[in-house]
Amino acid sequence: MGKVVLVTGAARQLGGRFVRRIQRDPEVERVIAVDAVTPPHRLGSAQFVRTDIRQSSIARVLAEHGVDTVVHLAVTGGRPLAGGAHSAVKETNVIGTMQLLGACQKSPTVRRLVVKSSTSVYGGTPRDPAVFTETTPPKSLPSGGFAKDAAEVEGYVRGFARRRPDVAVCVLRFANILGPFADSALAEYFSMPVMPTVLGYDPRLQFVHEDDVLEVLRLAAQEPRRGTLNSGTFNIAGDGVLLLSQCSRRLGRPTLPLLLPALTWVGSALRAVGVTDFSPEQMRLLTHGRVVETTQMREVLGFEPLYTTAETFADFARSRGNGLLPPERVGRAVDRVAAMLDADGLRDDVDTVEGAQR
Amino acid sequence: MADAKVIPFDEDRPRRRMPRRVRAVPAPVPAEPDPAAATPAPAPEPAPEPGTAPAERGGGWDRRIAGGLAFLRRRVTGEYEVDDFGYDKELTDQVLMSLMRPLYDKYFRVEVKGIENIPAEGGALIVANHSGTLPLDGLMLQVAVHDHHPAERHLRLLAADLVFMLPVVNELARKAGHTLACAEDAQRLLEAGELVGVMPEGFKGIGKPFGDRYKLQRFGRGGFVSTALRAGTPIVPCSIVGAEEIYPMVGNAKTLARLLGIPYFPVTPTFPWLGPLGAVPLPTKWTIQFGEPIPTDGYAAEAAEDPMLMFNLTDQVREQIQHTLYKLLVQRRSVFF
Repeated sequence: MGKVVLVTGAARQLGGRFVRRIQRDPEVERVIAVDAVTPPHRLGSAQFVRTDIRQSSIARVLAEHGVDTVVHLAVTGGRPLAGGAHSAVKETNVIGTMQLLGACQKSPTVRRLVVKSSTSVYGGTPRDPAVFTETTPPKSLPSGGFAKDAAEVEGYVRGFARRRPDVAVCVLRFANILGPFADSALAEYFSMPVMPTVLGYDPRLQFVHEDDVLEVLRLAAQEPRRGTLNSGTFNIAGDGVLLLSQCSRRLGRPTLPLLLPALTWVGSALRAVGVTDFSPEQMRLLTHGRVVETTQMREVLGFEPLYTTAETFADFARSRGNGLLPPERVGRAVDRVAAMLDADGLRDDVDTVEGAQR
Repeated sequence: MADAKVIPFDEDRPRRRMPRRVRAVPAPVPAEPDPAAATPAPAPEPAPEPGTAPAERGGGWDRRIAGGLAFLRRRVTGEYEVDDFGYDKELTDQVLMSLMRPLYDKYFRVEVKGIENIPAEGGALIVANHSGTLPLDGLMLQVAVHDHHPAERHLRLLAADLVFMLPVVNELARKAGHTLACAEDAQRLLEAGELVGVMPEGFKGIGKPFGDRYKLQRFGRGGFVSTALRAGTPIVPCSIVGAEEIYPMVGNAKTLARLLGIPYFPVTPTFPWLGPLGAVPLPTKWTIQFGEPIPTDGYAAEAAEDPMLMFNLTDQVREQIQHTLYKLLVQRRSVFF
């Protein structure tokens, strides 16, 4: 009983890795990789079909290959591939999802649908509870950007799940995905030599490792294991929380706190020169932060991430090289001061007392 | 009632020995129970007293400097932990508490009663009255619980959303362990066995005119009771006397408040007339009394949905706090001593 898995967004980093990963599964017979552009990476033995999911041709692909599992990864907040416009990403996110869902609804073979979403659907305001659960309604709907796309995509997916109750639908809300290969806007932000931050805010961030993302996608695309259920909506994040200030210190990249209006201006300037994608949505994350609860992921989905938030970040930091103020060097400087004081203290106790009092 | 006269001077803690010009004699009396009381305080006030021998304290200073540098090292390299709410235990213990302690010890000379009513472990909801124009009472309550409780428990305060909208303030509040006053956060903390502090009067209490001092305002919708019931944690009523007089609010510039987007704009005899000087609180003498805990674990699971029970329990808590407030006020000799 071989399965036929269709993966959208295969030209992206994550999509490509997932295609290579899933074809090693014994129960998977064939993998169909779909994207509008030819991927720059290898896809192994998977069959690549170059088609735009914004067009109805995707229905033909589904029918032709008798696809039974659809993994929809073409919901991204990243930059457009191959020099496309930002609006193209949005269109792929929203219109592409509508087309894909329409095709799935018509397809008699599709049994399972996995959709990659994001925790940004919760928004993030000062009025929100500190920790979001899957059922927390957002206090204010995201006004634009990827968060809005993701919220709309989830809306369409809910509609699809209602119309096709026989299809198992799994929506995975990922926290910020990081790892050695991450190419997200946040990864770009963390690679800047000096990171602009919002003055007076220290957001709480949560990360999930790329490897964990692949694992949980695979788990969701399979038949549920005994005692678990892999349809529904799940938050996916590593354990623990890092503050932005902690991240910058662990990376060794100094921050530049700016007033919110100034940061908006700097952000649009950076965006214009193409250094980083400083979207309003990202600004919101960097102001209020976002933490989600992962009990459902553990207890219902039965997934234990390999990496905690801190470990994910450490893995990412290793891959990015040293910043301007590597933590080891800063730590050594403190040690040197300590050694100096210690020598003083050995010479004369009273000296130290006086020195400290001064 | 006999202890009412004794308490102000005899129940002193060691670090609250402030230089009293008039009464120098009672000082040696509280010095006797010192060793027992001093052990659970690892970071006492560094107030150097000229009388002590410097050689004796040298080792202490060394250790303190070494500790400080280790702390600094962890801070600059980011190797410290925060919880899901952004609570930075280390920063709170080492820095934020030490910043508030002089205000607590020397300025408001807070006296704590009934600390044994706070359980040594497990969740509990401390419900207190709210006053003083600026929420200093919450911060002092936090110091009181941490410094006086034998288990050095940390109080997690629930704060208004305004706190989390203001830059800098929101950052410090999160690091000090405060979180938004909403049922989700409160329940999550209580179920994790934390000590949660709430002031259900909210802005109605903190921003009430001076003439209404020590009159409890409406206790919200009693959401805190149902949260405690769901978590099955006891409710500890707490009465704070002294915070009402720190900024006697004689007027409220409502138009200005609306313009600034804040719930009230206080006008006190000194603020805003004296500018920043007017923002200095009056040095009142505070008393914080924790009352008998009200257990909630005896109720059935669906009790949290029973509005009548919620209102009754809310009233019970409110009455107890109000009653204690009156009792403390009768015992109080003066606002400032």
